[in-house]
Amino acid sequence: MGFPHRSHPRETPVLSQHFGDPDARSLAGWRQRGGYRALEQALTMEPAAIVGIVKESGLRGRGGAGFPTGLKWSFMKPGDGKPHYLCCNADESEPGTFKDREIMRWTPHALVEGCAIGAYAIGAETAYVYIRGEFTEPLQRMTDAVREAYAEGILGPNALGSGKRVDVYVHKGAGAYICGEETALMNSLEGRRGNPRIKPPFPAVAGLFGKPTTINNVETLAAVPHIINNGAEWYKAMCQGNPKSTGTKLYSVCGNIARPGNYEVVMGFPFKDFLYDLCGGPPPGRRFKAIIPGGSSVPIQTIAEAEATVMDYEGFVAEGTMLGSGGVICIDDAQCMVKQIARLARFYAHESCAQCTQCREGTAWTTKIMERIEAGQGTREDLDTLLEIADNMTGKTICVLSDSCAVPVVSGIQKFRDEFEAHITQQRCPFRGAAAGGGVATAVAA
Amino acid sequence: MTDRKMITLTIEGRQVQVPEGTSMLEAARSAGVLIPHYCYHPGLPVAGVCRMCLVEVEKAPKLAPACATAVADGQVIHVHSDKAREARTGVLEMLLINHPLDCPICDQSGECELQDYTYAEGRKSSRYREAKRFNPVEDFGGDVLYVPNRCILCTRCVRFMDDVAHDPVLNVSERGDRAVIGKFEDQDLTHPWAGNVVDLCPVGALLSKDFLNKARSWDLDRAASICPNCSQGCNATLETRDNVVVRIRPRPNDEVNRYFLCDEGRLDYRWLNRRDRIEYPHVRRDHALAPVEWEIAVDAAAVALRGRQAFVLASPGLSNETLFLLARIRDRTGGRGAFRVRQGAEAPLPGVPDLALRADRAANGRGAELLGFSRSETPLEGLRNGDVLIVADEELAGIDPASVATAVARAASIIVVGTTLPAWASGAAVVLPVANMAEEDGTFTNLRGRVQRYLQAKQAPGLVRPAWSALGDLLTALGESALYFLPSDVFAALAAAVPAFAGLDYDRLGLVGVPVAGDGAATAAAGALVGAAP
Repeated sequence: MGFPHRSHPRETPVLSQHFGDPDARSLAGWRQRGGYRALEQALTMEPAAIVGIVKESGLRGRGGAGFPTGLKWSFMKPGDGKPHYLCCNADESEPGTFKDREIMRWTPHALVEGCAIGAYAIGAETAYVYIRGEFTEPLQRMTDAVREAYAEGILGPNALGSGKRVDVYVHKGAGAYICGEETALMNSLEGRRGNPRIKPPFPAVAGLFGKPTTINNVETLAAVPHIINNGAEWYKAMCQGNPKSTGTKLYSVCGNIARPGNYEVVMGFPFKDFLYDLCGGPPPGRRFKAIIPGGSSVPIQTIAEAEATVMDYEGFVAEGTMLGSGGVICIDDAQCMVKQIARLARFYAHESCAQCTQCREGTAWTTKIMERIEAGQGTREDLDTLLEIADNMTGKTICVLSDSCAVPVVSGIQKFRDEFEAHITQQRCPFRGAAAGGGVATAVAA
Repeated sequence: MTDRKMITLTIEGRQVQVPEGTSMLEAARSAGVLIPHYCYHPGLPVAGVCRMCLVEVEKAPKLAPACATAVADGQVIHVHSDKAREARTGVLEMLLINHPLDCPICDQSGECELQDYTYAEGRKSSRYREAKRFNPVEDFGGDVLYVPNRCILCTRCVRFMDDVAHDPVLNVSERGDRAVIGKFEDQDLTHPWAGNVVDLCPVGALLSKDFLNKARSWDLDRAASICPNCSQGCNATLETRDNVVVRIRPRPNDEVNRYFLCDEGRLDYRWLNRRDRIEYPHVRRDHALAPVEWEIAVDAAAVALRGRQAFVLASPGLSNETLFLLARIRDRTGGRGAFRVRQGAEAPLPGVPDLALRADRAANGRGAELLGFSRSETPLEGLRNGDVLIVADEELAGIDPASVATAVARAASIIVVGTTLPAWASGAAVVLPVANMAEEDGTFTNLRGRVQRYLQAKQAPGLVRPAWSALGDLLTALGESALYFLPSDVFAALAAAVPAFAGLDYDRLGLVGVPVAGDGAATAAAGALVGAAP
């Protein structure tokens, strides 16, 4: 079942199978749907065997970077005498992304189960679920689910009667984009300001409270019980494209699109079919102009690039962008790219943690120039300045927020330079007051 | 030192060998290569936020922050390659876009790292065409003023208060380019060591209220010195303008004060500029003190001492050299000597072992003890009828004047060897005006027995001479062959005569000092240091 729309026949609902089904939320309802069988089985296995299955399944991180999950888990050395921690990154703040939110709203026990298996697999007794501050309903659902799980002895000192301890804590963030960065998240969990830390040391060596820590995205952990239940081969078989990308992926689709919402498709699905068949294409009378396929931090695609894309980690890279978080932002031909990019830059300027010079100053400077161009006050030199600032902001800071701000600016200027130049030559936004459709093209062409 | 593995790498074409775990920045420093930086400070935990120290490492995809990256074997690091230099120019441009560029009215001008690096590697002009961010000046309490418009958010001040002072008063407030250094509500920078944030600030964002608008840094003369205000013996730099001390700042010494100086030490320097000094030698003639030539005054002092025992009331703020010569006069006449140390509250700096503003508010109480003076709260107690009282730069401030007068009345006569003439000693027979510590070279012994040199920072007024010089003449007049032309001559005599100082050499004290012999744990180190010298 999809949500808020019905599942499309070409979707492969695994994680989203119970979206929109309120009965799946309770522990009883979840158990009826096969819940906690995977945990029960996992607790009888050796942790290394679980890591092996996850490795074999080809599951990769769904938060954006796509790092192989089993490999990440294998960095946690068993028997090192230190407490280990699992963090679940539920600080879903990437603009255009709302898949984790739905997992937690409809199937909170799926995440609790995933956390418990993950924690056990990496030799941790404690898992923290760090939930974005604005997520009031998911927080409530998760808190309820964890309480139920404790009451039923699924979590606690003797998880499911296995004699093994698994604790899950739900922690509410205060609402900062940067706290979705893994080390900032750990600082925030520790009660510090949510500033990213310098790496190395990596979390697997010194993470939360200075102890070996693994941090995984909600969607990643929620997929784990399915892999335990159905086996690595089953998961690996869900692949229509590059064999390095396996399983299903949830995409959050928003913007100028007929049917926004979450869609779950197998890796390697054609992006063109996804956009037009599943999501219904652009609103009536409009055409797609650009797609940001993986949350706002990935390069913007022209619609031609998007239509040629195969939806997996490698496929998006081949078309000049990244799979990222799977937040698909659709932009149609009635929208001003300069305005859209200025809005994105403003977001990053607001969310920069202010540690690194290039990010603190660069995001704000970029925003000011972008807004000036949008207001018709730009010059041709501004475009060169923007590109140079972007170059200065790329690859030089502690985390990638700075790079993320530079990405839409650079790809925007490269791919939609005519719109920037129209703003400069006409000294106004050509889209302002212009009629949708043909009027816009004329405006830009002039 | 545990035997750590040594790493060999190349920095700017120079082969460098450093222990494993050393940062690139420190490795470069050991090779004499400065990697420009702002947030890094050797006395603070690494933050890695200013991104100024990015360097190019061959075969690495990205530039590396030198302060936060450990060296690896065989690395080849470029500090002045195009890529690294462009990155720094980029950082400088970003740091300056919202900076008011108000160097002409900024106290930091001339000693500002933002200014220095911008001159060296910054862009010639700014591309920034937008309005600059503005935040009003804030009083941080204590001696500190915050000018947020000049701030580059290196967070040295925050880290100092958190990790060294253990008094987390400062924070980074807000995010993005709205960020400023904030102060927690109802808390001020009143920690006794908080003033260090002013020195730590690489730009003109944190200013000393005391020094505000007092001088341009290039108008200052500087002398390596020792803070004279307590027995810790923090290494310091005395800065003068037109022969007036206007600022004391810490001078790094890992053995004593690392990079720090307490607020009392910083702010208590005005006594070095006192205007109520005695500027000429005086002798008593017709019931009044009359100015005379030095020779006449020295002879008069010798006459007064003849056949009598001296009682030396010594200041614990005098140099080892002066105290040594006073001890010679004391011993020569079979007399005694005492000193009193003014007390104050002890204030440690928790992040640095064995560093505190000490209760003993004088620089050389330890030296006075080693030279046989007895410490007493009522130092005149030992003064006997018929003694000659030598008042060596001691005003006995805070002691009831009536009781002082009663005690002083026991003296046959009074010889004042001092910077000032206290009212209770106005009946002195001879007054020998001497230099204060800022006006002479000398050494102090700190509470751990470390002998440290200080250099002359300003000229003495009138006919004033260093006390060691005047006392040398007096000893000669008393019949001793005591020819001292330099403080090092006195120190050599001291080292030869006093076992505690045996083996020490004035020149080899250098500018960081050496522990005295026989002083507990310090002995071995002292022996090694002296022994190692060529």
